[in-house]
Amino acid sequence: MVLMEQIKDPEIPVVSIVDLGIVRNIEFEDNEPVVTITSTYNGCPAMDMISMQIIALLQSLGFKQPKIKMSLHPAWTTDWINDDAKKRLQEYGIAPPDKRFTIPADGVECPRCHSMSTRLISAFGSTACKALYQCNDCKEPFDFFKCH
Amino acid sequence: MTLLPGLLYLADTTLILSHRNSEWCGHGPVLEQDIAISNMSLDLIGQCRNFYQYAADLQGNGATEDSMAYLRTGREFKNLLAELPKGDWGFTTLRQYLFSQFQYLQFRQLSKHKDERLAAIAAKSFKETTYHLRWSREWVIRLGDGTAESHARMAAALKEMWPYTGEMFMTAQPDEALGLNLAMLQQEWEQEVKQVFGEAKLDMPHGVFMHSGGKSGRHTEHLGFILAEMQYMQRAYPGCEW
Repeated sequence: MVLMEQIKDPEIPVVSIVDLGIVRNIEFEDNEPVVTITSTYNGCPAMDMISMQIIALLQSLGFKQPKIKMSLHPAWTTDWINDDAKKRLQEYGIAPPDKRFTIPADGVECPRCHSMSTRLISAFGSTACKALYQCNDCKEPFDFFKCH
Repeated sequence: MTLLPGLLYLADTTLILSHRNSEWCGHGPVLEQDIAISNMSLDLIGQCRNFYQYAADLQGNGATEDSMAYLRTGREFKNLLAELPKGDWGFTTLRQYLFSQFQYLQFRQLSKHKDERLAAIAAKSFKETTYHLRWSREWVIRLGDGTAESHARMAAALKEMWPYTGEMFMTAQPDEALGLNLAMLQQEWEQEVKQVFGEAKLDMPHGVFMHSGGKSGRHTEHLGFILAEMQYMQRAYPGCEW
């Protein structure tokens, strides 16, 4: 797991695939690693890249036939993102998921100026997992990680 | 009974709907909505891949998700009649609403299926469909209850699209394979649609002839054109990769 933390999300380089809860399990079969991962959203195009990075990392450590197993159940949820990663998201300019709401019309804290006066621009943002907001005070547009 | 016909029906429907929505990529009315409809296309493609992968595993004989999508003929496609051209923004959002409302209820039912893999795909897809439903519902209300022009366009879109929704609830082989309770789905769907149409100031159509045939492979002339565009590379250069 510690090794897997080296692999960052290709779209959000401040959080690793472990922080996001994408890596579900690592086990060994005949001395070769089998890494179980789950997709955040079904169509997330980053999954293929993440799989390739895991294989490349394990091969660089000398494993000959590392494998990836895809898991569908339980369905991925933002509840699996740890608090430290949420803090890093905020510092990076992405409002972290908040258990209280999925895509609220307003009231998401601006990650730049911390104003609570913000509004939803679009429920679909730059990636499947984010929605687009704008701050009414500093006027900066920002992404909000949808609580999923 | 094997799940295979049911999985192909789910995969084909999500693929064709995704394809039509993807035609808006780079052509949306404003950037945010372009991104929204493209995101929904991506979700639908992701759902479709899961269904095809499962179908390919059941079929065996070297079938893959790609062979399922690229090497089957029109008569082998079992999708609902989602293939009509994308039309204007009103038509696209109305169709997406009618389908999202259906998929929302259908995936919810399938998430309790005794087959674990199907239930897992449905549960994951259900979460995504919640966003599609919310978004498309808002558009139907905004345009239906908007200006005279937007209302007229929504009414025209409804007249065109409605006859292609009846097949959702006509029992065919895929529904039996999936063990869906269509009577319940229809009741829930109509209740929701009626409420949204009420808010959108659109009249719920009654006694309209309903087209069918998609679930058994008989499609409108539009499907052939989609497949010709989507499949030509694999047909012309079998096994081509990049």
